[in-house]
Order: sequence, then C-alpha cells, then structure tokens
Amino acid sequence: MNTIFYIAAAVAVISTGLVITRAHSVHALLYLIVSLLAVSVIFFVAGAPFIAALEVIIYAGAIMVLFIFVIMMLSVGEDTKIKEKQWLKGKIWIGPGILSAILMGLFLYVVFSGSGDTLDVKPISPKEVGVSLFSKYLLGVEIAAMLLLAGIIGAYHLGKQEKKVVHRFMKNNNK
Amino acid sequence: MIDIPLQTGIMLSGILFFMGFLGVLVRRNIIFMLMSVEIMLNAAGLAFVLAGSHWGEADGQVMFIFILTMAAAEVSVGLALILQLFKHFKSLDSDSFNKMRG
Repeated sequence: MNTIFYIAAAVAVISTGLVITRAHSVHALLYLIVSLLAVSVIFFVAGAPFIAALEVIIYAGAIMVLFIFVIMMLSVGEDTKIKEKQWLKGKIWIGPGILSAILMGLFLYVVFSGSGDTLDVKPISPKEVGVSLFSKYLLGVEIAAMLLLAGIIGAYHLGKQEKKVVHRFMKNNNK
Repeated sequence: MIDIPLQTGIMLSGILFFMGFLGVLVRRNIIFMLMSVEIMLNAAGLAFVLAGSHWGEADGQVMFIFILTMAAAEVSVGLALILQLFKHFKSLDSDSFNKMRG
C-alpha cells in the first residue's frame, strides 16, 4: 500500500509541475486533471473513500468541465500560445521561485521539527462523515448553502449578455 | 492501508501548495492563476484529510467537503468574471486589467 502512495505522490507532483509550466491552457488543464486523480488515489489509500469519490466527481468532473467550457468560449489559439511562451521566459521564474522555495523550506522545517509519528490509518466510512456533517457541522452546511446561492447569483449576474443595440433610435424600444 | 510517517503526507501537501503558489506568482494569464489557486485549495484539503484519518476523526473529511463547496462557488464566479474581462479588454493578461474604470 505504501508503494501506491509514493507512486501517486510522484505523479501528483510531476503533473502539477507540468500544469504551472505549460503554455497551452488545455494541456495544463489535462495535467491538472491527472494531478487531481493522483490526489484522489492518495485519499483512497488514506482511508477516505468518500472523499476520493467526491474529488473525482466534483473536482475532476464538474469544476474542470467549467474550465474547459470557458477556455472554449475564449477561443485561445496559436497566437496566445506564443504570447504565453514569451511571458514564461527564464528570468521571470527566479524571484518567485526563490521566495516560494524559502517559504516551503520554512514549512518543511516546522513540519519535520515535530515528533515523527506514523500515520495509522483508520478508514472512515461515509456514514460517519455524514453524521458528523449534519449534526456537529450543521451551521457550516447552512453557511455553505448561502455561499452557493451567492455563487449562483453572482455567476448569473456577471455572465449575463447585454443586449446589442443596433441603432440609437431602437435603444428605448428594447427596454 | 498505508503506514507512512504523517510528515511525509504533510510534506506532499506542502509541496503541492507551494507549486500552486509559484504558479500564482509567475503566470500572467488569469486562467492559469485561477488553476493555481485550485491546486492550492486541493493541497490544503489533502492536509486536512490526512490529519483527519491520522486521528480517526471525520472532521478532516467534513472540512474537505466545505473546501470543495467553496472552490466550486469561487470558480463559477471567477470564470464569469474572466469572461466579462475578456469581453472588455480582449486579453487574458492580468497586467492589462489596470485600465479598469467603473
């Protein structure tokens, strides 16, 4: 089982690295899906089968499809790929790379300076998650419902197409 | 089930998180920035789930469900905003959005 974890972790790290370096957005999106599926494998072996299923269905299924549709609507072509390649040239990686490497070093130092106990996985069934979600975290569920409502209204309002006015005399008749 | 050190799992989530962070800093295309934010959220969720299954509590998974909800709402609003910005500026470059007025 440990081998599965390490292989999936390697796949996740490699594909995430490819996501942030690709010039073509559809390629990056496909690598992001690979990365999410690898993380889902890790969830599965870490005793969270329900979360693994949610990751595949919602993250890799629904959210990525949203991204694909938006990329299709924006109709990015070869010229954007060339522009991306110009933006991503060498020197731009140095500053952010050093800074985030320092932050990651600090993070790893803090993590590894603690006591090193082994992960003893006890699988948690969806039933336990559901009971906890709808008893202890009921308020959180309601707040999440409000957040989703705000998301729907916001997406509808922002995504609304304005009516095209053909001539200024016709402007008032449209309303 | 796996019996690796917990720190290895947290290290993986840290590496993924800082890769997403690097992506947000480096990329100029706003769609890639949104994708990197997704990577960061997913890494945070990974840390929650691993810690939750270490202590045998369902709380970590509940928190992951909340993160998932938040990510879905954020992406839907963010992509609608990107569509509007693209309509106005005919570009996805985040530097070109500094001309935004009312």
